[in-house]
Amino acid sequence: MDLFVAGERKSFGDGITVAELLALENVANPEYVTVAVNDEFVDSPLGSERPLAEGDRVEFLYFMGGGI
Amino acid sequence: MAFTDPQLERYSRHILLKEFGTKGQKKLMASKALIVGAGGLGSPAAMYLAAAGVGTIGLADNDAVDLSNLQRQILHSTPDLGKPKVESGAETLRAINPEVEVRAHQGLVKADNVMELISGYDFVLDGTDNFQAKFLINDACVISRKPFSHAGIIRFQGQLMTYLPGQGPCYRCVFPKPPPPEAIPTCRQAGVIGAMAGVIGCLQALEAIKCLTGMGQPLTGHLLTFEALTMAFRKIKVPGRPACPVCGQNPSITEPQDQEPAAACDLRGPVP
Repeated sequence: MDLFVAGERKSFGDGITVAELLALENVANPEYVTVAVNDEFVDSPLGSERPLAEGDRVEFLYFMGGGI
Repeated sequence: MAFTDPQLERYSRHILLKEFGTKGQKKLMASKALIVGAGGLGSPAAMYLAAAGVGTIGLADNDAVDLSNLQRQILHSTPDLGKPKVESGAETLRAINPEVEVRAHQGLVKADNVMELISGYDFVLDGTDNFQAKFLINDACVISRKPFSHAGIIRFQGQLMTYLPGQGPCYRCVFPKPPPPEAIPTCRQAGVIGAMAGVIGCLQALEAIKCLTGMGQPLTGHLLTFEALTMAFRKIKVPGRPACPVCGQNPSITEPQDQEPAAACDLRGPVP
């Protein structure tokens, strides 16, 4: 199954969940990452059992607190 | 209002742009922009807005210029060490363009003063270094229906989004609540490449100029991310969140509130 993760096409096992993808992609501080699938936010992504489907577009949005 | 000859010359490259013209320049000269944080992001943003001829520019900051600031905070120079940043910044802006009225707001921006502060401006640029301030500015701008530009930077990365009232998501739609203190690495711990502040701060200035003149399409409904090591810009679509606590249908946040102090991006002093 191919997903578009942060715009990049990648292959994963069929039906992996959002939570599994966070682990497979080694997302830093996953408890504070916002996840969007096909332009919709996923609630509580770290524990999300939502299965992903072929061609889904997944984005990880990270806190960036710097500016000064 | 007619332009003087020096104004026509100073702003000639703007006036030549057909989307901008004398009309855009007049709008800019009649507008007021507030920059919260006269640091990494605020430096290039303030300097380009002053050069562009924004009529009134407010600078809000509580800090003094420190040696570790000068790697990226180009609003300040070595002789400014120890000076309040709003004072040093105001001098730089007045030197770039004496036509601009610069207002220096020395002090911390907090729940009890943020509403009054932003009320005097048409557009707000968030150049702060901590989540407490970023959420406070978002909430105050949403509640006051004030357009603003969010930005954040760390290491070799930056992000940016523009909020326009009623026209797209706010910062809290993307990140519903601040992370706990120390949960996210700070710039003091992680560092930041100086020119990153220039890239993202200039993009904030562009968004302010677009919104103030009504040109083009602002960065609403999207988070723009930039990764310097691969030179990758990405414009990520972000939806609104109907249950957003501040801009949603039944907001639970109806006035600005001071959050628990969150991880600050304090770059002064030696790295621990």
